[in-house]
Order: sequence, then structure tokens, then C-alpha cells
Amino acid sequence: MNREDFPMLNQDLIYLDNGATTLKPKCVIDSVVSYYSNYCANAHRGDYSISQKVDSMYENVREKIKNFIHANDSSEIVFTSGTTDGLNRIVFGYFRKKLVEGDEVLITESEHASNVLPWFSLAKEKGIFVKYIPLDSHHEVTIFNVKKSITSRTKVISLAYITNVIGDIRPMREIIDYAHQKGILVVGDGAQSISHLKMNVSLDDVDFFVTSAHKMYGPTGVGFLYGKFDLLNEMDPVIYGGGMNAMYLKDGYVELREVPTKFEAGTQNIAGVIGMGEAISYLENIGMNKIMKYEHELRNYFVSKLKELDNIIIYNEDTVGSIVTFNVRDIFSQDVAIYLDKHHICIRSGNHCSKILNQVFDISNTCRVSLGIYNTYEEIDALVEALKNIENIWTEIL
Amino acid sequence: MDRELKRSIILDNYQNPYHRLRHDEDDYLKLNSRNVSCIDNIDVYIKIKDGVIEDISFEGEACVISISSTSIMASTLVGKTIDEALKIIENYDDMIEEKEYDKDILGEAVVYDDIAKQPSRKKCATLTWNGVYKKLLSLKEGK
Repeated sequence: MNREDFPMLNQDLIYLDNGATTLKPKCVIDSVVSYYSNYCANAHRGDYSISQKVDSMYENVREKIKNFIHANDSSEIVFTSGTTDGLNRIVFGYFRKKLVEGDEVLITESEHASNVLPWFSLAKEKGIFVKYIPLDSHHEVTIFNVKKSITSRTKVISLAYITNVIGDIRPMREIIDYAHQKGILVVGDGAQSISHLKMNVSLDDVDFFVTSAHKMYGPTGVGFLYGKFDLLNEMDPVIYGGGMNAMYLKDGYVELREVPTKFEAGTQNIAGVIGMGEAISYLENIGMNKIMKYEHELRNYFVSKLKELDNIIIYNEDTVGSIVTFNVRDIFSQDVAIYLDKHHICIRSGNHCSKILNQVFDISNTCRVSLGIYNTYEEIDALVEALKNIENIWTEIL
Repeated sequence: MDRELKRSIILDNYQNPYHRLRHDEDDYLKLNSRNVSCIDNIDVYIKIKDGVIEDISFEGEACVISISSTSIMASTLVGKTIDEALKIIENYDDMIEEKEYDKDILGEAVVYDDIAKQPSRKKCATLTWNGVYKKLLSLKEGK
């Protein structure tokens, strides 16, 4: 749907790597260009009218995000450079001062590197332990396994709403509800879910939530962090500089500004924030439920077609979502991706930044198709047709 | 060399690679070559005696270009002295980078003479060659 909105699609291209990044609709591109062309000034700095316009555009996006994810207040939204930045700020700004030696963090082996490595680093620094919730036979998280993994030392559970390799949707509301009964905080990584799943941080009662704009048809290099106000109030900034301090003296006394401004040091990615706001309006106009339904139907169609081929191994056949992970028997995933590229089809091959998942899979590299709103049944047919003819791979790629 | 012949040499080295096996014996040096930007991950085992490469083998998971180029490297370098091997690898590298090179000492490795046309595959073609070069150079310099 809405293919005509995407300038990138005005070429012979089947783009099926939406888990890596999404293409941008013209309205998002135009909003970024318009900022640079028509009202380029810094935010929170000037007394002149275009600077005030920038201020209001910038702060409006905070309000828009608040509504999009159903937060209580726009002060609970912090602009970041993306999911990785957000997770690092939470780990090093909040949990560094809250966790003590022996405390446990629960993650899974299918988390993205950005939800693993900050915790590893904190574990080394503080003597906390990173533990893994076992995945079931479909490589998914169950509430049963979450309950089983919790100990009296568990202080935080940090999970992707949707994983980037399997694409399964985690039962976050149930997990959060149970975690809170045990006094455990929950961090939600929304990089893969934000453009597919309707988000309601209030109903979920998630403590922290992070995501990236470029995964939801917005610009690269920008995203946001949601935190419950009291948690953000206690969280320390990890970046200090202009704009985030109320005052400081030469003896080292520093007074920080209030939440969320204390987390936004230096000139922010204003163009990116404005583009992110436009992307949110774009998604809201289409409707998240409609998007999810369409992508899931398209995924089911793709899986049913793939199953007709006898040389394909599917790793997440029954998963609800928009990601299909597979291999072509006896052909290395990267070679498959290069072959498909000859047919102008973009898919991802590799370990998808989840380097420990291969211990679960027994296979470290896979092909991943991740769908977006503009993908069509015809594109799936073209992909399946190319896979059907894969015996030509060597004459085409060598 | 025409495309057809190149393809058949590459495929032959991919499907029936030279010495694709693991060597844990003490007289084998082991080096891991990992392409962080993609996913190739190959261990190379080298046995050197009196300055001569007696054996090279490898194992790992990688694409058609990485596997075949490693196989060709192994069969090309076995029997060569460290100095000869270094010279071959330097020539190979020049070929990949589209510089002047001595084609006569490269043997089958000339099948990659136009890999530069596919920039993303240059790393695959040089992955294990670079690793072996560094290792041999450090041995030569006595490090």
C-alpha cells in the first residue's frame, strides 16, 4: 500500500530489508528539506521568529510521540540518536547507579547487540550478572520461562518487543505485569516493533521504551526514549554540555535542567526530529492496526509460497509478525542475497547483529526478509520465482 | 581467461576445496579470519618447516568467493618458502586492487582479476590471504 509515496520505489527495486531500515515517504523527506530550506535555526536559543518556529516544531514532535505511544506526559519523551543510544543511556544513566554487585539482568539470546553489550559492560563494571531467559522450541519467549528465570536478585528485564531475527512479538504486557509484582523494572526495545505494532506504554506499564525513527519510515540518526517520569527524574544524563544545565559555577557546582531537557545536551538533530514527527503522522494516517494486519497477511502468503519450494529451510514459520528467516539448502546466505540482488531484490543475510543467537539456532547465518507497508504480493511472487530458479545462482553471480 | 572457465575453477574450489579440514596438531599454526562487515569466518591452519610451507588447510563458514579463494590460496602456497609466499600474496593483492602484477606466479588465483567490479566481494577474495600474509610476515621478522 501507499507505494506512490516512496520516491525510492520509482526504480526497479524490491526492498525487503525493512528490519534494517525503512524507505522514506516523500512527506518525511520534504519536512527535513523544508527545515533546512525555510526555517533553519537552532532550537531553544533565539529571540527571533524562525528560532521560535523551530522551538515549536521541535516540541510539537515530543507531544506527537507522547500521543503516538500513549505516554502520560510529553516530558517523558527524550530525543536520542536512536535505539542504541537510548539503551545505553538507560543502562549507564539509570541502572549504573541503581544496581549493586550480585544483581541480575534478564535478557535473551535473541536480543540485538545493543541490548546485550551495554549490559555486559555494566556487568564488568559493577559485578552484576547478565542472565538469559530460555527460548522455547520456536525460539520465542514465554511467560512461563520468564517466571522460571526470575530470582530474588533479578532487578531488570530488558527485551525487544519484537526481535530482529525471529520477528516474534513478545508477551510484554504479561511479562511486565509479573515483573512488577516482583519489584522488577522492564526495559522495552522497540526498534523492530515501532512500525508494526500499536504501542501503548501506559497500558503496558513498561518502565522504559526506546526506538529509532529510521525503522518507522523516518530519518536516520534520531529516535526517542520513553521513561516513566519518576525514573527519568532519577536517571543521570550520560552527555553533559550546553542546553541541559540550568547553571554552573567555577567550583564545579552544576544544576541540571528539568526532565527531559537535562538529557538533551548540545544542538539536537532538529531536522531528524521534525522528520520523525512527520513519519509518525504518516503512520497514524494509515493506522497501525491496518499496517499490522496487512503485513501479517503478506507474511503468511510468503511463507505458504516458500513452503512449496523443497530447498528452503524456514526458521520461524509460525511466528506472527513481518519477518521471515530462512536458508536455501546448501547455499550460503550471503550468496543467496547477492544472487537476489542481481534480480534487484534486497534482503539481509548474516547474523543480524544477534551474534549469540547462533548458539540457539545451530546455524549462525540466515537470510532475512522483513516486510514493510509498501511491499506487495507481486513482489513476493518475484522473490519466490527467483528462489525457484536458484539453480542458476553460479552463472549469475560468478 | 573467459568467464566460463573462471566460473568452473571457482566452483570447483568451492565444491571440492583443497584441504578443507581442521588441524589441531602442535606443528600447525592456527589463524582465524573473520570478516566483520559480512559473516565469513574461516580458520586457516599452516604447517611450516625450515622456512617452507609444508601444508595449509582451512575450515569455516563463508561465501563462495571466500571459500574458493582460500582453497586456491592453500594450493598455491603449499611448497613455497615464506618469501615466495609473501611475494605471491603481494601480487595477488595488487591484482585485486587493479595495479600492475605478475600474473605468472599467481596460478589459478587470476580467476579473481576482475573482482574489483564487485566491491563488496573484494573483502571475501582477500580475507584469508591477508591473514596469512600478516602471519608469514611476522614469522619472517621473527616476531
